[in-house]
Amino acid sequence: MKPGEHTLTAFENFMEGIWKQNPVFVMVLGMCPTLAVTVSAINALGMGLATTFVLVFSCLLVSVIRNWVPKEVRIATYIVIIASFVTVVDYAIQALSLGLYEALGAFIQLIVVNCIILGRAEAHASKHPPLTAVVNALGMGIGFTIGLFALGGVREIFGTGTLFGISLFGPGFQPWIVMLLPPGGFFVLGGWLLLFAWWKMRKEAKDGA
Amino acid sequence: MSEPLPNPGAETTATTTSWRLIAALGGVALLCGVLIVTAFQSTLDPIAKNRRIALERSIFSLIPEGVSLHIYAVSAQGTTLLRPGQAMPKEAQRVYAVYDAHRHLRGLVAEAGAVGYADVVRVLYAYDPHQQAIVGFAVGAHRETPGIGDKIRTDADFQKNFVALDARLDASGQALAHPIRTVKHGSKRNPWEIDAISGATITSRAVGRGINDSASTLLPRLHPHLNNLESPP
Repeated sequence: MKPGEHTLTAFENFMEGIWKQNPVFVMVLGMCPTLAVTVSAINALGMGLATTFVLVFSCLLVSVIRNWVPKEVRIATYIVIIASFVTVVDYAIQALSLGLYEALGAFIQLIVVNCIILGRAEAHASKHPPLTAVVNALGMGIGFTIGLFALGGVREIFGTGTLFGISLFGPGFQPWIVMLLPPGGFFVLGGWLLLFAWWKMRKEAKDGA
Repeated sequence: MSEPLPNPGAETTATTTSWRLIAALGGVALLCGVLIVTAFQSTLDPIAKNRRIALERSIFSLIPEGVSLHIYAVSAQGTTLLRPGQAMPKEAQRVYAVYDAHRHLRGLVAEAGAVGYADVVRVLYAYDPHQQAIVGFAVGAHRETPGIGDKIRTDADFQKNFVALDARLDASGQALAHPIRTVKHGSKRNPWEIDAISGATITSRAVGRGINDSASTLLPRLHPHLNNLESPP
């Protein structure tokens, strides 16, 4: 740690990704799966948990080997590590639920190039001990899952009138198909970003007063 | 004159030997290789079991009276029973022969696929050789637009097309008497036509095209050898 740098407590470290640096609502990272797979709450949760698994175990391994891997080849090793855990999660989802695997499609494999994971490995795990790296990665993963679920839940409720497949409004409900299409993803994401920005401004105004 | 500032990057590069770089990359690759192979080996059986269960569920949903099935390879040379693990011969089509509790053939299920709006739409269709008609279909993997193209799974009117879709062979037995085709919504006049879903015509056409391509090759090859499939082996 650099002199004068504020040391985060374990709780602050964990909460970074959930609130202050939420990957979806604050850093606006990983937009490819965020917009593409969030047509239902279960898809969003599945993708969020798969990404969290890869994030936590990749950061753990990157942190464990950080003193042995020369910096010249670090990016190559991170990518190999991330790709390996994505392969593990790919097989695990196929073994657990073929339906979820088919719903998530190519986006499971595309976790390899999710910038949140490589970003955490490079910016945090490679500079911190394993426990700190895991706590931070877990917070980021949960923050990402919350972000995906916030989108997936809203899109499923308005797009099909259900949540986790359970009908909410009865047979008379006319689904808003646009919510399941790409523009619907942008609308809902825009709405959540607006809400977060408003919340942040309100908090800053209160703190300043 | 002041001394040049030290270049930390150059210093690191000079002290990191090529062997160390190769050893680091090799070590990580070995570790990751072990991880991947372990995951692959430990999930091989559950994945195969899941795929088999999903396929059987789809097949028996198309022919509810069925209690057992056998897989045949159908080619220009005839039909061959495929044992578990046996490879499909080249140029052959896979057919699932479904039998009821009395060991009578209740129907045949085959695979079909054609390019839809986003990607290939894969379907299974059930064929009743006694009626010479397609009597059901189920959608497999697809990437069609949610809420539009994916209505082929749920649209009740579209499903009605496959209650008894005419797939008779012509007098020569070498081709379908009438090619199966998808027509514009509301303009179905003949039993070999599929009434498209309004707003999802491209996906509906893919279903019709896929079934027609599959049936027009499969059924002429299959019919001369149907006696071989009438009871389970």
